[in-house]
Amino acid sequence: MKTLCGIRFLAFCLLAVCAPQVSVVAQSRAAQGPAQGGAQSGAPPGATRAGVPDNAPRTIAPYFTPASRVPRAPDIEGFLQRWLLLEPIAKPNRTNIVFTDSYVRNAFATEYFPGQMTVVPRSGDTVTVDGQKLAWHAVDSSTFNVKLFRFAYGLNKPTYGVIFWAVTVVNSPRELKDVRMAVGSNSASMWWLNGKEAVLLSGDRRMVMDDCVSPRLTLTKGRNVIRGAVINGPGLSDFCVRFVDERGKPITDVTLHLDQAENQ
Amino acid sequence: MKRSLLAAAVAALVAVAPAPLFAQSRPAPALDGEPYIHDPSTVTFCDGKFYTFGTGGGGLISDDGWTWRSGAVRPGGGVAPDVIHIGNRYYVTYARGGGGMSGGHASNVYVMWTKTLDPNSPDFGFHDETVVATSDGIEDCDAIDPAFLLDPTTGRLWLSYGTFFGYIRLVELDPRTGKRVVGNKAINIAIDMEATALVYRDGWYYLLGTHGTCCDGANSTYNIRVARSRKVTGPYIDNVGIDALKGGGKLVVAASGRFVGPGHFGLLDLGDGVQKFSCHYEADLDRSGRSVLDIRPLLWKDGWPYAGDNFREGTYEIQSERSGYALELAVDFVRMPSMRRGGFGAPGGPPSGAGAPGTNAPGARGAGAPGTATPPAAAAGANPQRGGAPGGPGTNMFAAPTGPVTPVPAQDLAEASKDWPAGTLGVRLGDFMFRPHQKWTITPVAGAGGYPGAPYFKITIAGTNRALAAAADAEVVAVPTFTGGPEQLWRIDQLTDGTYRIMPKSVPGSTEPFVLTAVAHSTPTLAKFDPKSDNGRWNFKLP
Repeated sequence: MKTLCGIRFLAFCLLAVCAPQVSVVAQSRAAQGPAQGGAQSGAPPGATRAGVPDNAPRTIAPYFTPASRVPRAPDIEGFLQRWLLLEPIAKPNRTNIVFTDSYVRNAFATEYFPGQMTVVPRSGDTVTVDGQKLAWHAVDSSTFNVKLFRFAYGLNKPTYGVIFWAVTVVNSPRELKDVRMAVGSNSASMWWLNGKEAVLLSGDRRMVMDDCVSPRLTLTKGRNVIRGAVINGPGLSDFCVRFVDERGKPITDVTLHLDQAENQ
Repeated sequence: MKRSLLAAAVAALVAVAPAPLFAQSRPAPALDGEPYIHDPSTVTFCDGKFYTFGTGGGGLISDDGWTWRSGAVRPGGGVAPDVIHIGNRYYVTYARGGGGMSGGHASNVYVMWTKTLDPNSPDFGFHDETVVATSDGIEDCDAIDPAFLLDPTTGRLWLSYGTFFGYIRLVELDPRTGKRVVGNKAINIAIDMEATALVYRDGWYYLLGTHGTCCDGANSTYNIRVARSRKVTGPYIDNVGIDALKGGGKLVVAASGRFVGPGHFGLLDLGDGVQKFSCHYEADLDRSGRSVLDIRPLLWKDGWPYAGDNFREGTYEIQSERSGYALELAVDFVRMPSMRRGGFGAPGGPPSGAGAPGTNAPGARGAGAPGTATPPAAAAGANPQRGGAPGGPGTNMFAAPTGPVTPVPAQDLAEASKDWPAGTLGVRLGDFMFRPHQKWTITPVAGAGGYPGAPYFKITIAGTNRALAAAADAEVVAVPTFTGGPEQLWRIDQLTDGTYRIMPKSVPGSTEPFVLTAVAHSTPTLAKFDPKSDNGRWNFKLP
């Protein structure tokens, strides 16, 4: 989640000096943690400064488009761009340095909704978490990485202090042994293949392709369910996932097909 | 080799004393066992063993390149042999006469061949000994110290020879017979040099040879130097443009540590970007000042070779060349207590722009002090949008620092490890923070064997017995206790670019030569080494 490098941070400081009230307001929102729903709670800290009014209509475009019923291949580099994303679950954290292995495991071992580790939902299905009704959305990401922040922001949902759940189904034309699930995420995340833990990314983590990979895995012939959870405090959330072979080459001859995507 | 002192060197070789045991406390020792030799031939691998021959006949054998014993057989006596493997023959060259012995420089260089270097093999036996070069004792050349080069670009076989008495010369041999090419005339390629060797690499021919004084024990100034040429026949020029025919030569290796007088370079190319060289030291001060064999990494920089050092035991960060991240136990990060008292402001000055208590005044840089209207995270003293950690009460990273300046103790092992699980742990790569879970103590393991130039090492978390180990499925873990198993023994080879390759002695359930590999930015595994990739390259840094 190291979203600001030195120069950008200095620029931010200068901005803060020049427009202190704006900066404080932005940070106040971030620090307060996500209120449930509503435009105000989901405002990115730079939106007002950039001149975009908070009440402007929001959309997940152009970052996402609805998933179609046509199976989709990974992109040329093997990145999986079709996902079922659950609207964010509130998990207030004012900093990301808390995301130790133990914290992350515990956070994702907590049951937020029934079938959390088993369901392959239909687009539009909803779950209720702490009284908040959250919907699943079957989407295609326009970029190699799935921009969870833009997903939440576009839906007027909380963007900071959140957990995102993601599910997709990979259809493999044959059994593929000794492949690895390669993940990058901002911030911490955990991923499962067919119900078994594949890879954990802990810490205050920025998203880098192939940041962490799983041990050698087998993609079974036919249907393989990929499930992931991403947790973030303040900052932009996103992830990227692909499979690579023993030589690190991307697996591209699989397809992604969300069975009920047409219900979107 | 200066013949005036040869007798002393030979006498030292003949004298046999108990072999010194490998001492763990000594960094980067010369080879183990009885590596006593002078003017060693290029170390050559044959039928599962390493061989080298020396002055006076005979030579050394090793099963692993680390522990050496006498037993190699070379007839003919004489001085300074060399070996090359071509087809099904091992050609051996050596010289008899010359070298200043008895005041003479008349000498012959011989070549003979055998199907194997193993003296116990029925195929062992030298054939077709023939003279390929001579010096008459008057001319400006002393035909000793021969060395082969099989030119990989042409398949032609060359032989350099000579010593400080006159020229280093080059002649061409027939690679099918080892005999001198009919009509070939010797070419002068250097002066003031002896114990030469020729190496080809990336379009350059390198002439390596020894300068300085031989055969004077701890007072020998022997050192290995190099010049290079685009053509095998020269001219060989050093790094400042001086022709080897005018005495030029860039330093490759000189005395260091407890070793005096390196000489008689021989390339040992192990493939996959691992090159080593054999040499002898005129004196190993830990072995009664005897002349000993050593094998060291050969590194390259800007097209020039130079000597690396065999790995020294110690405590290190193990840094991935791929990502720059450090190998670490996969345990919870333990924070150090926040001790910041103020931050970036000028000492003694006003709290530049910092929010004053009880205000939310303009000028607050987003990190207000207690009592402000700033929300909890912003008041915490760190910028949460940067993922920063909350500071202590009253801290303000933009305020002028206050209080005395004192050193901050490093996080100690007891504090960091109190919640580490007891069993086998995963390992991963992370930002190096010089924390206990990132410091590895690397120690040679006595009696566990080795590889060319060095022993196997154990790699443990400093202050613990938790050991890096190869696991089934070619993954890497940290086991709770070092047991000495082959999956816990590590070979550490320095590569030609100065980085290191780290290889377990064995991987459970596999016979593949896997090495420690950063398969992702943050994930280590075991995989085949790819010399074209940084994934299998590591650096050892002092924490």
